[in-house]
Amino acid sequence: MTGLNSTVRTEGPALQDLSSTLRRSDHALLHSALLRWRALRRVSAGLVLSWLVIATVILWAIFPAWFTSYSGTVGVARQQLRAPSAEHWLGTDALGRDLLARLIYGAGNSLSGALVAVAVGLVVGTALGLVAGSARGKVDSVIMRGVDVLLSIPQLLLSLSIVILLGFGTVNAAIAVGITSIASFARLARSEVVRVRASDYVEAAFGSGGTFSRVLLRHVLPNSLTSVVGLAALQFGAAILAISTLGFLGYGAPPPTPEWGLLIAEGRNYIARAWWLTTAPGVVLILVVLAANRISLSFGKIRL
Amino acid sequence: MSSTTNHIPSLEAARIPVLEVGNLCVSYKGHGGIQKVVHNIAFDVHPGEVVAIVGESGSGKTTTAQAVIGLLAENGSVDSGFVKLNGTDISGWSQRQLDTIRGGKISLIPQDPVSSLNPVKTIGDQVGEILRIHRWGNQREIDARVLELLARVGLSQPELRAKQYPHELSGGMRQRVLIAIAVALQPALIIADEPTSALDVTVQKRILDLIDELRRENGTAVLLVTHDLGVAADRANRLIVMKDGRVQEQGPTEEILASPKSEYTRQLLADAPSLRGAQRLSRGGGVRHEEQGDAIVVENLIQDFSVRGGTQETFRAVDGVSFKVRRGSTHAIVGESGSGKTTTARSVVGFQKPTSGRIVVEGVDVTTLRGDALRQFRQTIQLVYQNPFGSLDPLQTVFQIIEEPLLNFERIPREERAQKVRRILERVGLPEAVLERKPRALSGGQRQRVAIARALILNPKVIILDEAVSALDVTVQAQILRLLDELQQALDLTYLFISHDLAVVRQIADTVSVLHNGRQVDVGTVEEVFRRPKSDYTRELIKAIPGQRGSAGSDISLSLLGASS
Repeated sequence: MTGLNSTVRTEGPALQDLSSTLRRSDHALLHSALLRWRALRRVSAGLVLSWLVIATVILWAIFPAWFTSYSGTVGVARQQLRAPSAEHWLGTDALGRDLLARLIYGAGNSLSGALVAVAVGLVVGTALGLVAGSARGKVDSVIMRGVDVLLSIPQLLLSLSIVILLGFGTVNAAIAVGITSIASFARLARSEVVRVRASDYVEAAFGSGGTFSRVLLRHVLPNSLTSVVGLAALQFGAAILAISTLGFLGYGAPPPTPEWGLLIAEGRNYIARAWWLTTAPGVVLILVVLAANRISLSFGKIRL
Repeated sequence: MSSTTNHIPSLEAARIPVLEVGNLCVSYKGHGGIQKVVHNIAFDVHPGEVVAIVGESGSGKTTTAQAVIGLLAENGSVDSGFVKLNGTDISGWSQRQLDTIRGGKISLIPQDPVSSLNPVKTIGDQVGEILRIHRWGNQREIDARVLELLARVGLSQPELRAKQYPHELSGGMRQRVLIAIAVALQPALIIADEPTSALDVTVQKRILDLIDELRRENGTAVLLVTHDLGVAADRANRLIVMKDGRVQEQGPTEEILASPKSEYTRQLLADAPSLRGAQRLSRGGGVRHEEQGDAIVVENLIQDFSVRGGTQETFRAVDGVSFKVRRGSTHAIVGESGSGKTTTARSVVGFQKPTSGRIVVEGVDVTTLRGDALRQFRQTIQLVYQNPFGSLDPLQTVFQIIEEPLLNFERIPREERAQKVRRILERVGLPEAVLERKPRALSGGQRQRVAIARALILNPKVIILDEAVSALDVTVQAQILRLLDELQQALDLTYLFISHDLAVVRQIADTVSVLHNGRQVDVGTVEEVFRRPKSDYTRELIKAIPGQRGSAGSDISLSLLGASS
């Protein structure tokens, strides 16, 4: 509506007869409708699809029973390795378990794992970055050299070593993946903190009697978070992939837990006879990761 | 020199104008639809003439200049009107057609010398580029011409400069390089878009003198875009005053200065500090000051900074500055960038420890304060920053910004805090409606008022104003200065006013220190320093104040005497 007002105002009082005024407001209405349509169109189809994919997967994770009547872990007798059909939409595996059911029940494991991983990276990484960026000096050097060491180790190798240290399991795998992402969170958070720290409003906050911790929490942290949150969204997709990789290698959730990486690994043995066993989880995984990346991109664009 | 610019040979004026703009309308497409920013502008520029477009930010002056040379931003478009260069309409020309005249017939001196040069090419390359583009001659001729041009714009050692990169040159030198590029092909018209706004006053004067000289040599016309009425009054034959995309008034400079026709021009003239002469807004009664003690005493302040990388090497930013500020008066620290004025201010607030010297504020020795004592000391002294866009947290509302200092000290009940915020908001002349807004929804002047409110809420005795009005338009600047003056009267505040602008200092300060390269070259009451400057540097600084052609006489001390008697 602001567009409507401004067009009417700026075009000035030159025309005064009633009919032309009416025509003018018609035109303005048309114009505002056009603007609204453009605003709608600006949200791309890809983004809508991405949100649909993520919403579906989240619903799978929370209410798996709504989507399938089969169990995710117990197989049906004499139904091994069936091809996709009306009964089993994505077929069954070597133990007669419905693949779709396993995918749906597996969503919970994969998503919560990714969530834990991102949370670990976000919290620990941002905290390290915040301390390093605001304390500067020796503290900064020590923290950031530690982060450099983390960055220099290949991520997969690092997460495998951590899993071996912590022991196998879904949560441990998630923590391992989270630790590998600490470095990138810390770097980004530090650079943002350094930028915000140099701003006049932070100095003004100290100047008006603010204590170090209060200024940090009130000004530095909120103002450096925007891009860190963007990175968290991006890391979500990467974390799902990394957890599945660990699962595939057998370092994640133990069988018979329906975890996506594990599903792909189990299907690998039957790839010649039952292609759907690796393909379906693989496609789902790709879709979710792509969707998460697309959404994180849109976060980056909004940037308040 | 200034007297010669007034007279253009009448023969030249009779010829066809170099530039004729008629009925020009420009609009931008934005999120909120189409916005018209320039409405029916018409003016012309004759050969050898300087025409100044004067206006505040957002008045459409830069957009007009950009439209003339075909360099509007991508979402901008010329809706109607014509731009005739030597009688040919170029408004409908394609970029490729415009390329043939840009640089050759019409050229631009951009505002920001820092970002306008390519950092990875040598100065010589960049000056030579324009000659190459327009196929001026072979490489040897071009090289020779580049050196000639660099020498002409007053750069020492042109051979050396040609091989240097932009970062090795100072701001003033870079602006000279940009001028060399602009005059390389002796264009008929030079558009100078705020050519000196980013420079110190003395450098500004030299650059403007240079443009004047080159103009007279080649008979080039200059379209000067500026927000500074003083600069325009000094340099232009004719003025075009713009506001909100419309021409308020245009005509010969003398006529407009002597008898402005539009209300807005009158306002602008009244607010321009350089044209006001030497009026102190209000004299806070010199006698009263004498009775009271000193609020700030700075003795032999020295501040060294260690040079990065160098182990023992230090750089002396402030070297032996001493001054006293009486309670309830205003002391100004004047100097150019790098003179140490901001460093001095930061030492007084206690943001850094001086290398040696004594700073006493309201009886407290600042240099010995540490930890919580320093924090408590913040209630006595507050700082207002130059840039109101950077000094307010973009995520906080105005209410939160003003309230924050209260949260740092003794707990006050919420009700009382809200009341205090409202009272201070009223004091600084802001409506209550802004309380819930974020800084980005406020104008520059409003933001600066919020910053002042934040500084005032702790009832400090001393306020440091670090270039607090330098980033504002003249009319807004005048309003803020009046506000500061009112507040000083009402609350008996002591100001330390840091500025590069002597004209503003004359309006607000009682006493002044002039800093040059970290040394204090002059100190005393404003009248003393202006009337009998002790150092050559101060004399040069006073001479460089723009707008002196418009005031009573070219000798500033005369106008000061006239106004104060």
